[in-house]
Amino acid sequence: MNLKTLILATTATAMFAGTAMAKDLTIVSWGGAYSASQNNAYHKPYMEKNSDVNIINDESSPEAVAKLRAMNEAGNITWDVVDVVASDAIRLCDEGLAMEIDHDEWLAPAPDGTPASEDFGDLIVSDCFIPQIVYSTTFGYRTDVEEWGGKEPQDICAVFDLENFPGTRTLEKRPINNLEWALLCDGVAKEDVYDVLETDAGVDRAFAKLDTIKDNTIWWSAAAEAIQSLADGEAVIGSSYNGRLFSAIVEQDQPIKMLWDAQVFDLDGWIIPAGVSEDKLPLIKDYIRFATDTQRLADQAKYISYGPARKSSAPLVSKHATLGIEMAPHMPTDPANATNTFLYNYEWWADYRDDLDAKFQAWLSQ
Amino acid sequence: MTDTTANGAPVLTTQDGTPLKVSLARALRREKMRSLVLIAPLLIFILISFLAPIADMLFRSVENRIVADTLPQTVAALSAWDASSGELPGEDVYAALHDDLVIAAEEKTHTRLGSRLNYELSGMSSLFRKTGRRVDRMDEGNYKEQFIDIDKDWGDVETWLFLKRYSPKYTPGYFLNAVDAEYGVEGIKMKPEDERIYLYLFWRTMFLSMLITGSCLLLGYPVAFLLANLPLRYSNLLMILVLLPFWTSLLVRTSAWKVLLQQQGVINDTLVWLGVVDDLNRLVMINNQTGTIIAMTHILLPFMILPLYSVMRTISPSYVRAAKSLGATDWTAFWRVYFPQTIPGIGAGAILVFILSIGYYITPELVGGTDGIFISNRIAYHISSSLNWGLAAALGVILLSLVLLLFYVYDKIVGIDNVKLG
Repeated sequence: MNLKTLILATTATAMFAGTAMAKDLTIVSWGGAYSASQNNAYHKPYMEKNSDVNIINDESSPEAVAKLRAMNEAGNITWDVVDVVASDAIRLCDEGLAMEIDHDEWLAPAPDGTPASEDFGDLIVSDCFIPQIVYSTTFGYRTDVEEWGGKEPQDICAVFDLENFPGTRTLEKRPINNLEWALLCDGVAKEDVYDVLETDAGVDRAFAKLDTIKDNTIWWSAAAEAIQSLADGEAVIGSSYNGRLFSAIVEQDQPIKMLWDAQVFDLDGWIIPAGVSEDKLPLIKDYIRFATDTQRLADQAKYISYGPARKSSAPLVSKHATLGIEMAPHMPTDPANATNTFLYNYEWWADYRDDLDAKFQAWLSQ
Repeated sequence: MTDTTANGAPVLTTQDGTPLKVSLARALRREKMRSLVLIAPLLIFILISFLAPIADMLFRSVENRIVADTLPQTVAALSAWDASSGELPGEDVYAALHDDLVIAAEEKTHTRLGSRLNYELSGMSSLFRKTGRRVDRMDEGNYKEQFIDIDKDWGDVETWLFLKRYSPKYTPGYFLNAVDAEYGVEGIKMKPEDERIYLYLFWRTMFLSMLITGSCLLLGYPVAFLLANLPLRYSNLLMILVLLPFWTSLLVRTSAWKVLLQQQGVINDTLVWLGVVDDLNRLVMINNQTGTIIAMTHILLPFMILPLYSVMRTISPSYVRAAKSLGATDWTAFWRVYFPQTIPGIGAGAILVFILSIGYYITPELVGGTDGIFISNRIAYHISSSLNWGLAAALGVILLSLVLLLFYVYDKIVGIDNVKLG
């Protein structure tokens, strides 16, 4: 190799490296089965269409809020697109850490021309938030509990009914959802739950209800723990995310059944960090437009049992990619499953989260 | 050599006549400067990459510039308002608030302020978010009424009281929170019983850490003794057994304990099969303090064994032999001759294990249930989840001070020079 070719080769490599760098897209998500579903439904088709784009997966979503704040303070944003739950998106928006976007400008309209903001509807809970899926926190119970004598839980209050359904429960180690369920089973009407919780007496009432099962409860902080407890028989009934329960029941064939009653809907979606570089923006926009269109959102449901956030995607949901079963009956939004659902109030929790979390932790340690 | 000192003794000088003392000091100073220059890169590196960030993080526990930065005119106008009067501030304050909020809403800083103030008073977050949305549509004049119209909280003296209280650039608020106190309407007082948690958690962290250190010592001492005294080919095998878990991931080891200890786990199953335990009364060994103590003792054991081993290896067997030949029993020889020589190792191991366990949070989070979690779990929560970094910093400062205090006490009782890592 003479000097000339060497120089040429180096320049070519350098130029290639330069363009490749500009087309890197760092996408932050939750890892596990969820990231895999995004990879199959969004990333792979996008990279096939745009062979010069290289998507880098980062599994930092659980710590996304804190990390984005740290990046923002350091003035060096290294992420391009971040997957967070709606409450975190609201917080990031409040803190000025996520970019406010115009949904109709950024997102593709539905195939029939309905603008994106209508197609997503109420699910756009924050100006920074691009909804992706609807998931629910709901209960699963074991079907082989001898002490239950053949009875099966019919509604959410079975969780608080130690007489008919003895055994260990497993609940998430945070006040959100648990306090609401406790009040529902203490006779509070669904629409009054947050009004009652706003008063000290209401909070005491919720804790008093939780007190009845406190000694029989394992508190989980990672969703996988709940599934593990149920699968091991360590707990007989417990709350988790519906997608995790789905994979335990259908993919792993565990003796567990879903209890859809009083499931709490929550949302997960994208945000764009505030302060991403201007020259990155067109690529980010292009990816988001592709990954949130009607077909892509419906495709994701082939891999995981979370409902697509667009109304127009619902009819397109088809069969599981490897198991070949119909996915629609496993969606939290399926009419048969959604007979009694509970609406989670984001705004309310943004206000009371700090206070109630302190009370909850104090209650736990008593 | 003719100079004399005041009392008549001759002063030693060097060849050129300078006193020897001065010359020596100069030479030593040069030596010191040289070594200082040599370690300077490391020193500066530690200063910049370690001490400065820690100091910066800890400084957040008192820093509170956000209120004055976001609402400068309001803060100035509020200084004339007397909170104890029980009356709402005048129209001028509301006008200043309007002017400040218009700018803040444009820069999107009002929501940030809202989440900051929400740590002190629930409801501030939505108050600011709601007001920020509507503030630019307000008509000129009569702001007080318009604000109260947007949200009745603006007509509540408490809102203004908190705004005024948290307007200085520095605040004791985070520290008060960190010791379960609050700066409420009537001044500083302890929080209601059902909201106190941090002092108890500090106590529990200290207590459990000492317990874990104690059990590590109890289990580690005999192992280290064996390691140091067995013939090489056995001790090497034993050493691998000690080190193997040390190289295994923390999460794997913690999960392994879960499999072993849970009620449907290996140990309980075995006990039930042996008939020691009734099937309906399986032992609860995890998701409580017991779980934390067992798992953390196992995880931290190598940190006790290794310093002990390296100290024991240097103890010559002839001392114990000498003691025995002078008529000491086995126990006396061990207790009076061997054991005192291992104290430096015990000190090193104990400090290492104690400091590590105070800062642990993954293991307690996974196996600790409700009564086995540590203060570090709360610190991690406030850093990564609630974003209340001020409170996390305040808790961190207290934890650091407690450790330094214990260090001081240890130094007074045992002596820090008495610590040996090998």
